[in-house]
Amino acid sequence: MTSHEPLIHIAKRDGMVWWRAWLVRLAAILLALVVCALFIFSVTRMNPLSVYASMWDGAFGTSRRVWITLRDMAMLLCIGVGLAPAFMMRFWNIGAEGQILVGGCATAAVMIYGGASLPSWALLLLGTAVSLLAGAVWGLIPAVFKARWNTNETLFTLMMNYIAIQITCFLIPKWENPVGSNAVGIINQKTQAGWFPKLFGQQYMLNVIIVLALTVAMFLYLRYTKQGYEISVVGESENTARYAGISVRRVIVRTMALSGAICGLSGFIAVAGSGHTISTGTSGGRGFTAIIVAWMAKFNTFVMILIALLLVFLEKGAIEIASKFKLTDYASDVVKGIILFFLLGSEFFIQYSVRLRHSHKKEVQA
Amino acid sequence: MTQLISLLTSAVIFGTVILYGAVGEILTEKSGNLNLGMPGIMYLGGIAGLATAFFYEMYTPSPIPALSLALSFLAAVAASMLGGLIYAFLTITLRANQNVTGLTLTIFGSGLANFFGSSLTTLAGGVGQISVAATSQAYRAYIPALGGLGNFGKLFFSFGFMVYLAIAIALIAGWFLGRSRVGLNLRAVGEDPATADAAGINVTRYKYLATCIGAGISGLGGLYYTLDYIKGAWTTGSAIESLGWLAVALVIFATWRPARAIWSAYLFGVLYWVYNYIGGLTRSSVELFKMLPYLVTILVLVVVSMRRSKEAQPPRSLGLSYFREER
Repeated sequence: MTSHEPLIHIAKRDGMVWWRAWLVRLAAILLALVVCALFIFSVTRMNPLSVYASMWDGAFGTSRRVWITLRDMAMLLCIGVGLAPAFMMRFWNIGAEGQILVGGCATAAVMIYGGASLPSWALLLLGTAVSLLAGAVWGLIPAVFKARWNTNETLFTLMMNYIAIQITCFLIPKWENPVGSNAVGIINQKTQAGWFPKLFGQQYMLNVIIVLALTVAMFLYLRYTKQGYEISVVGESENTARYAGISVRRVIVRTMALSGAICGLSGFIAVAGSGHTISTGTSGGRGFTAIIVAWMAKFNTFVMILIALLLVFLEKGAIEIASKFKLTDYASDVVKGIILFFLLGSEFFIQYSVRLRHSHKKEVQA
Repeated sequence: MTQLISLLTSAVIFGTVILYGAVGEILTEKSGNLNLGMPGIMYLGGIAGLATAFFYEMYTPSPIPALSLALSFLAAVAASMLGGLIYAFLTITLRANQNVTGLTLTIFGSGLANFFGSSLTTLAGGVGQISVAATSQAYRAYIPALGGLGNFGKLFFSFGFMVYLAIAIALIAGWFLGRSRVGLNLRAVGEDPATADAAGINVTRYKYLATCIGAGISGLGGLYYTLDYIKGAWTTGSAIESLGWLAVALVIFATWRPARAIWSAYLFGVLYWVYNYIGGLTRSSVELFKMLPYLVTILVLVVVSMRRSKEAQPPRSLGLSYFREER
């Protein structure tokens, strides 16, 4: 055996210029779209270019479609914004799915029990309050155990999702309408009590406004406030934080209450602002997708807008294709998965430089 | 008595699905990889096995069940190992975050499986649902002489071969991790990859192999679900996903020990089905009972973290990727 050098040499980059990093990501998306085109072509035998044209049509074809795309983007973004502080603290909040559901259930309860007696604005205020509270409680439970006993939060929050799902399933037969349907149906369909009002003639305008306001607020909170700074220190190193006199426990508990509350609020938006019903599909896997949105955006809430838009566009587009060919909506999950795999992989080429053996020899460091 | 026997048999059948998932996940996690893509991998295994049996039965005039069984088994293992390979490549070689990659794999796997599961017949130019009765019969075959031995036979010998295979794999995995040299090396990788690396263990190879083989075992859970549990059909939706997360819960409940996972899996099965045998439950209170396995898992998670016992902890480097130059 002769001593040999590895064929590939990997070294950490000092940092890539931002526009080159975005070029790498763009290349990853393009590559992923080629792979997706292959998948779609193999299933439908449709010209890939016209596939993308009709995907565009599915997401932005009519003004109604544009608004539905915006509504869904706002929902995904809202959850992502909620997750951002937790992830910045390196607290793996996989429990958004459950936090959305408890927030949604709380909102539905307000709408159902208060629908006849309270005015709509009071229902909306009350719904906001209880959904924030329910989400916060759902986030606090694992946080307290993490802070006190270092209980693994990834697995804890994951389990909390299923508890929330079962609570939702428990409530549905109690609230079902019509009886025997095992579905809650549209709540307050006639009175529209507790529904988001139309703004500027658009049904989903309020959803978008609330979420954009949250996006800006969270950006400022994380970047310019003392609490935001504490979160990032705890995320970098708990020991450093302790040394600097930050109470790690308090930061964990406080941040998770905030994270859960915003995810709970997105449940409120989903129930009062778009679906007007509650089911286990109210979260519908968005809690998991938003994790990816928050992570890829590196906790920058403005970048989250772009990623959320991309994902919702793909989802709407794939659903359009699928319905054209009488196939199922699940095609959108396949396309989503492929794009995300490529984006995840591309981060490596941004953070590390890869050199082959020969080129490496010339620049051996002393 | 008959009620008890039927509860126990359905618990064994239910437990077998998550036992495969959990044993595969234990093997993966022992190498330090927390693969949250496991539900997706179970989907991949389930659909690959089902689709293979479907096409074999469709294109062969007189299908041989045993051959169809072998083909679908191999296809399921291959597909789930491919899923594991995607995860391994992204997290080990490209050092992507494990949680995010795993969740993406779950979205991808469940999407792909549900897509083909609900459109396979349309794509093949037929109508109706997938049904692979002949192959499913082969999966569910048992020795009539033993299975007919009254309650005793029902409880121990009335299952398809995959129930026993699951127990065997769990026992072998337990021996492998606890007694064999390679298994101890693997655990060293999961506890502290840098130290293992210094001791001359090829960390990358161990992580790759553990993840892919673990995925192969997990995928069998999906195969068992489609071809035995629901008798060779496909149910579109999140059924396999919730079983997959239950398998992740089972890993915690069994405190990362494959042999302990065997009885824990059956216990989960009992907890899951017990509502069927309690009188006077309404449609909604049934749902509260289905919460039991998750509640129990949280309890175990909390107790384990409070007691800080050395034996019951997760592998120390779980969830972290290893980069030699970053030590």
